[in-house]
Amino acid sequence: MWLKDSSIGRKLVMSVTGLALVFFLLFHASMNIALIFSEDAYNWICRMLGANWYAIIGTLGLALLVLIHFVYALYLTILNRRARGNDRYAVTARQQGVDWNSKNMLVLGFIVLGFIVLHLVNFWSKMQFQELFGVKTGAFDPQNGAAYVKYLFSGIYDPAAVQEGVAFTPWASWVHPLYCVLYLVWLGAIWFHLTHGIWSALHTIGWSSNIWLKRIKVIGCIFATLIVLMFASVVVYYLGMYFGSLCA
Amino acid sequence: MDQYINIKVRVWRQAGPKAQGHFETYELKNIFQGASFLEMMDILNEQLISEHKDPIAFDHDCREGICGMCSLYINGHPHGPDSAITTCQLHMRKFHDGETITIEPWRSHAFPVIKDLMVDRGAYDKIMQAGGFVSVNTGGVPDANAIPIPKAKADEAMDAASCIGCGACAAACKNGSAMLFVAAKVSQLALLPQGKVEAAKRAKAMVAKMDELGFGNCTNTGACAAECPKSVSLANIARLNREFICAKLSD
Repeated sequence: MWLKDSSIGRKLVMSVTGLALVFFLLFHASMNIALIFSEDAYNWICRMLGANWYAIIGTLGLALLVLIHFVYALYLTILNRRARGNDRYAVTARQQGVDWNSKNMLVLGFIVLGFIVLHLVNFWSKMQFQELFGVKTGAFDPQNGAAYVKYLFSGIYDPAAVQEGVAFTPWASWVHPLYCVLYLVWLGAIWFHLTHGIWSALHTIGWSSNIWLKRIKVIGCIFATLIVLMFASVVVYYLGMYFGSLCA
Repeated sequence: MDQYINIKVRVWRQAGPKAQGHFETYELKNIFQGASFLEMMDILNEQLISEHKDPIAFDHDCREGICGMCSLYINGHPHGPDSAITTCQLHMRKFHDGETITIEPWRSHAFPVIKDLMVDRGAYDKIMQAGGFVSVNTGGVPDANAIPIPKAKADEAMDAASCIGCGACAAACKNGSAMLFVAAKVSQLALLPQGKVEAAKRAKAMVAKMDELGFGNCTNTGACAAECPKSVSLANIARLNREFICAKLSD
């Protein structure tokens, strides 16, 4: 199978799964941004996705994409280290035009993956998981996602929104800005991963030439920045709310 | 102005392919900055011979930057700190008085060390033999202008053909990938009508040979193109990807 046995085939798998994940991020970020404009709109999205069959298929597909991207990344790294040989250079220098992130995609990937675990514990376990299995893992109704997001990042909540039958003790106040900072660090790692990843993926597919090489680098940078800004704006919005609540 | 400088040279010494290598430092006095890097190496070897020591083995041939024989990883750069030149075109004016210059061989699994700074780059020849040519049919010599070729295409093919197969790309690559070399060799023919006929077969054969010989997988860091003495463009790699993927999909 050439997608496994040839170097370009392996890179194509990385590239296609990576691009699919970029589109997922764009989709995800577009939904998050609704929080800033209308909590009702966000809750409507929560209801629409939730535990519906298409959302479950989507989630499984996504998990598969991440798994393939991750397994191939490890496989490629092992092969590449072997190709480099056991003798390493004693002196290495930076080359002009070679970005730091392009040489550290695996490390960035691990950082991103670590935060994905945190993110799944924070959100997925309290939203889709709760709806799927009917276990009340969170203080808030999964159909009222906006209340939970607001609570996580700003600490502000309406006691009436707390689900019945859940013993709810609010967290210490400093936890909320800490989550904001953690998520912003995560977004930073994603930005570095994507600014190399997007153009590199297009290059691997072959959509590049002497002229387009510069263009896809710019396109990648714009996409990465747009996605990260969309996610970050929600976090910053609630962080502002947190500081506002301190002053009140 | 070029001056006479005193330098230290830290060189990788390795008696043979299986021997354990190590660095050795030599002092050189009154090296003229107008001398080429390889002339400095010659002076160093003369000095070693006069001391009844084994001279340093290193590759070189034309000494005018066209044969692709010279190599050397100098202070962390293949072909030294200058850009778009081979080691033989590097001059001592790029170094200053009192500097310690570290010289290493290409380090890649597919380029085993033969002795000291000399590596076996036969892997590149094997890739070329796998398909880096146009099959010649016998018959009369066709007129040079019988096949029209757009100037832009001819220029791009010529730029790709400027690759001298020195191995700096694989040596610079953190993944030990030979993609820039293979991409240049596939591009120089795929761009022209004469080479187009066998383009799909060529891309598949050369990539298969490259993988078989233990070169790594390209991650588009761009170190190869940055260090290439002939400034072969990274865009050639995209063309190779395109040729290869299309060839595989039409199988």
